[in-house]
Amino acid sequence: MDEVERKAELGESPKLWPGPGQGLVVPGYRRDHEAVDPPHDWPDYRGTILRHPKRPLVPIPNTLSDVTGPALGEDRVGEADFDLTAGFAGEPQGQRLVVHGRVLDGNGRPVRDTLVEVWQANAAGRYWHKVDTHPAPLDPNFTGVGRCMTDSEGRYRFVTVRPGAYPWGNHYNAWRPAHIHFSLFGRAFAQRLVTQMYFPDDPMFPYDPIFNAVRDHQDRKRLICEFDFDATTPEWALGYRFDIVLRGREQTPFEEAH
Amino acid sequence: MSIGSDPRRLAPTPSQTVGPYFGFALPWPQGPFVVPEGTAGAIRIGGRILDGEGRPVPDAMVETWQADAEGRFAHPDDPRGAVEWGEFRGFARCPVDAEGLYSILTLKPGPVPGPGETIQAPHVAMSIFARGLLQRLVTRVYFGDEEERNAEDPVLSTLPFGPDVRSTLIADPVDGGYRFDVRLQGDDETLFFAI
Ligand SMILES: [Fe+2]
Repeated sequence: MDEVERKAELGESPKLWPGPGQGLVVPGYRRDHEAVDPPHDWPDYRGTILRHPKRPLVPIPNTLSDVTGPALGEDRVGEADFDLTAGFAGEPQGQRLVVHGRVLDGNGRPVRDTLVEVWQANAAGRYWHKVDTHPAPLDPNFTGVGRCMTDSEGRYRFVTVRPGAYPWGNHYNAWRPAHIHFSLFGRAFAQRLVTQMYFPDDPMFPYDPIFNAVRDHQDRKRLICEFDFDATTPEWALGYRFDIVLRGREQTPFEEAH
Repeated sequence: MSIGSDPRRLAPTPSQTVGPYFGFALPWPQGPFVVPEGTAGAIRIGGRILDGEGRPVPDAMVETWQADAEGRFAHPDDPRGAVEWGEFRGFARCPVDAEGLYSILTLKPGPVPGPGETIQAPHVAMSIFARGLLQRLVTRVYFGDEEERNAEDPVLSTLPFGPDVRSTLIADPVDGGYRFDVRLQGDDETLFFAI
């Protein structure tokens, strides 16, 4: 038995560093994500079997390297990148959608000016990717990549089409529920999040080991967007709302000190 | 589910795998360059991502974040103040190739203050994303030619494991930079952190 397991058995938390009150104290981000995130070891999703670490993760306090992070933006996002249907010779196939929402931290504060990246399959369930061999048609008017920055209220907005479900080899007759992949940075390395947004009432939910790796029903619900009549645009597109919460900081003494 | 303006604590949105199909969406040509090619003092950090059978993982993506050569960050949450350093971006994103190899161009970071009176040895924070990883894996790259600073580092010096495991966090000096392989699983598994 190794040291971490032994300490876990004794109910001790692993030794963290000197407490606050001296030197450079950096408030960290709360660890409540650990209760909602899927485990690394999840055999129903076969891809995890040879890729999950077997040694327990070692908890370390957030340091300057974790509470800072990249400010990606201007060089990465073009004016029209929020519109996945733009820039092609014609209109893509499929149901046009507006997908929008807010990015907040766990304290309910907007995460502003942060990069949001999305990617998805086309309406037929095919990715614009050389390793996707699903025999569904590519759409010359849709690659399925979008980027935008959140505004001062943490809001983002994409225009796209509804992605199709697609088969994968995980188990017999395995189909992924329709989803859009999201990548977010927040303002700190500790807040980095890659996730997937699903659509309400997808019949594939009970069969999908990736979705169900999030063990709690209430937590899974937070991966599902809501139909949004107010964002639905007459004669043009259906609206869906997907709010995203990144880890919140324990305290923010620097902000208050100024 | 929408959140509205509820001021109470909000539970984080759960992580999901990056999946196999990010290659057309996330990488970009300048991604692997923390500093532009030709920057004085630039080093390469590279290696392979390997699975539990020692085979290369061909569909992973590595991201790195680090201090500049003086140990400073261009970020407002650094209580010492934000410092910009030329074209240094601090961040790299690099998809692996078919052999599981990644390589970034960067500057060796300076030491960074830790909690209390500690000084963290030069290190690069690293995230690994891949199909089969339901959350990112987080590790740190330390430098094999920084033995004295490594001995004082608050993370390296308090690991609840022996030297074999500690060595999985140390990049080996090679021509032009450092080699850092990541073993996701197995006897020589890389140490990963919960941050
Ligand atoms: Fe997908």
